[in-house]
Amino acid sequence: MNESRESRSVAAWVAPALLPAINLALALALSAVVIVLVGENPLRALRLLATGAFGNAEAIGYTLYYATSFVFTGLAVAVAFHGGLFNIGAEGQAYIAGLGVALLCLGAGGWPTVLVVPAAVLVAGAFGAGWAFVPAWLQAKRGSHVVITTIMFNFIASAVMTHLLVNVLIKPGQQSPETREFDPSTWLPQLAEVAGALGVEIGRSPLNLSSLLALGAGALVWLYLWHTRWGYELRALGHSEAAAVYGGIVPARIVIVALSISGALAGMVSLNEVMGVQHRLLMNFPGGAGYVGIAVALMGRNHPIGIVLAAILFGGLYQGGAELSFDMPKLTRDMVVVIQGLIILVCGALEHALRGPVEALFRRSPAASQA
Amino acid sequence: MRGIDKWFGAVHANRDVSLVVRAGTIHGIVGENGAGKSTLMGILYGYYRPDRGEILVRGRPAVFRSAQDALAAGIGMVHQHFMLVEPFTVLENVVLGVEGGFRLGGGLARARAELERLGREYHLEVDPDARVADLGVGQRQRVEILKALYRGADLLILDEPTAVLTPPEADHLFEILRALRRQGKTVLLITHKLREIREVTDVVTVMRQGRVVATLPTAETTAERLAELMVGRSVALRVDKTPSRPGEPVLEVEDLVVEDGWGVRRVKGVSFAVRRGEIVGVAGVAGNGQSELLEALAGIRPVTSGQIHWKARELTDAAPRSPRRWRQLGLSHVPEDRHRMGLVIPFAGRESAILGYHGDATYNGPIRLHRGAVAASWDRQVAEFDIRPGDGLLPTSAFSGGNQQKIVLARELDRNPDLLLIGQPTRGVDIGAIEFIHRRLVALRDAGKALLVVSVELDEILALADRILVMHDGRIVGDVPRASASERELGLMMAGVSEPS
Repeated sequence: MNESRESRSVAAWVAPALLPAINLALALALSAVVIVLVGENPLRALRLLATGAFGNAEAIGYTLYYATSFVFTGLAVAVAFHGGLFNIGAEGQAYIAGLGVALLCLGAGGWPTVLVVPAAVLVAGAFGAGWAFVPAWLQAKRGSHVVITTIMFNFIASAVMTHLLVNVLIKPGQQSPETREFDPSTWLPQLAEVAGALGVEIGRSPLNLSSLLALGAGALVWLYLWHTRWGYELRALGHSEAAAVYGGIVPARIVIVALSISGALAGMVSLNEVMGVQHRLLMNFPGGAGYVGIAVALMGRNHPIGIVLAAILFGGLYQGGAELSFDMPKLTRDMVVVIQGLIILVCGALEHALRGPVEALFRRSPAASQA
Repeated sequence: MRGIDKWFGAVHANRDVSLVVRAGTIHGIVGENGAGKSTLMGILYGYYRPDRGEILVRGRPAVFRSAQDALAAGIGMVHQHFMLVEPFTVLENVVLGVEGGFRLGGGLARARAELERLGREYHLEVDPDARVADLGVGQRQRVEILKALYRGADLLILDEPTAVLTPPEADHLFEILRALRRQGKTVLLITHKLREIREVTDVVTVMRQGRVVATLPTAETTAERLAELMVGRSVALRVDKTPSRPGEPVLEVEDLVVEDGWGVRRVKGVSFAVRRGEIVGVAGVAGNGQSELLEALAGIRPVTSGQIHWKARELTDAAPRSPRRWRQLGLSHVPEDRHRMGLVIPFAGRESAILGYHGDATYNGPIRLHRGAVAASWDRQVAEFDIRPGDGLLPTSAFSGGNQQKIVLARELDRNPDLLLIGQPTRGVDIGAIEFIHRRLVALRDAGKALLVVSVELDEILALADRILVMHDGRIVGDVPRASASERELGLMMAGVSEPS
């Protein structure tokens, strides 16, 4: 009993911590091969990537700004995943939520910030949830698969927003399809300003209050999933629908609630981008954060702590990658996307490829020492 | 097989197992669930690689990396769950994977001739052009045996072959096995039914906790001796109970009709009552509507028509009969399939132990589900039902079949229900736990509660029930007091032969 417990605790530590580290190292090694093939020095490239992402306060600020959106979308994907649902539509849910936030900010000029921020959280959540509700309802009541419908809703969202930005919301007398700038009272406070007011100097960056909201959302998701009866029902359904029904759980209700929560979380991306940085509604502002969220959730093992860490990694890749392609022209933006792809491939899709050998390594030792 | 060792993670499934099977014999392997029988057979059939030890076929060492390797060495397996393509004909299923060439025609013609020969030699007559979907369970099993023989198997492994058969079908199977032995084939029969061992095997090997504890000629054993070897102590094979004293009805069912998900009628108008202080057993061969009846009564499956009365009140529409509502009214349900339905297998044991009651005020604050309260009720149930191991944080999958069943039973009995619906109370449960579970069920009856037991094990129905309902083809074909029921008569009813009385 004692010895079996020990070997189990080794495995418990290996799976969530060591394995991702090994996978990440493998992905970077593969990236190095690609960089050599392009004709650059991989060690210098990796150093540039690392310093570009984490080298100074400003770089870290940008990294965390990107990471914020990924935390929201990663949490969105994870909540749906625990219910056995794949929400591929975080991109469209974030985009539509941007519409809600923009309408609020355009209309609420002059309101005090303490009032605008909670209102914007509610509006972003409601619009994101609303956009996820339709596929959720179709899945729950009509059996249409959410993978298909949420992808389709991304395209619908894109078309609707293009129409609105080009024909309705565009600032009069202007060529680019975007709204006018919001009144500064509706901007989400920059963290640099907040810290400055408290006498702390952190470099200038787009990092804003939404990053703290992202951490709060992570804590709430954790509470929801593992410390409430609703999270219990969601996870039970995700593991076994038959057992859930037996346990008095109504799957249709859980599907609708879970996907709505998922959509609301995705909607929070618009706080960061629209209200925190751009201060206006732009075409395609989510910029793929919804899709990155799938990789983040996968790599973060659908746990809030893992998601925050994975989001910082991907934020670093975004920020460091931009710096890298600036310093090494041969490594274009596309090459950086290749590196990201390798990381997703190795850490996400091939996540368990090395699991067997690594765990066997750790299992062998206690058994051998005991024999 | 010599000195086989196999670990699954921290579980030592086979410990230094050595087994000699002589050609031309029927060799039985018995043991409780989790004794390592299936693991050993998996190693023999190439599903698992042993961590230590070797396999010798006719004296020569053999290494099986896959089922193909095992087949090449003349070892064939008949699985507990048939691996057949239902829309295909018998012939097509038999040649699947060994079609013999690019064009089907030639191979099929050869296979047809071969099938006829095999059918004659071994009493394995099956129409080669029948679609498997149209065949009964017994016939499907013969197709599985034919598949193995067609591939040239000399040693056949049968894993719990009679679990799904009626007594007459099982007898026919034993005929087939004896015919195989006459033709020089070897049969390895895995079972936990002692009656079968006594009836058909030449040699029997008893396994316990991953070890072989004895290999004996069957003629030199008794059922009691085998049972003792299996569990390591003497057990009572019968349940001691007093005659029942039924009170007023708790559940009354009138003309109940239930359809499955494809609109096929599985329960075709049944009426019965379950009274306080009695155990009503529903006997029948699997697939004759008992499962659908149980799920409909539990509120999981919609009722097509008919009435259900609960303590003389009528409950017709779906809402008052949801599983949640039923639990509040005092009806508990231990489902037939604990893996699929009764438990959430990846959940921690103590999380599975609150399924269905997770919304109870005992466990919940306004928002939070209190882990302390969940742990406390787990600890209480562990003590009362002797659930092992007692660590509630282990995943449900880490518990053995018997302990998983105890988790479900503890959870459902904890609420002191007025009616307990229970399907296959001891399926996949070892003898020690069977005894325990049966005693708990009888104690519940003696406390004035009503029980409805559905089981495909006729022995279990006979041991537990005070009154036996026999189901065949969606109808109740017999309602017999236990005292006047005979096994033979019930077997005939289960097989659909009309009641002699």
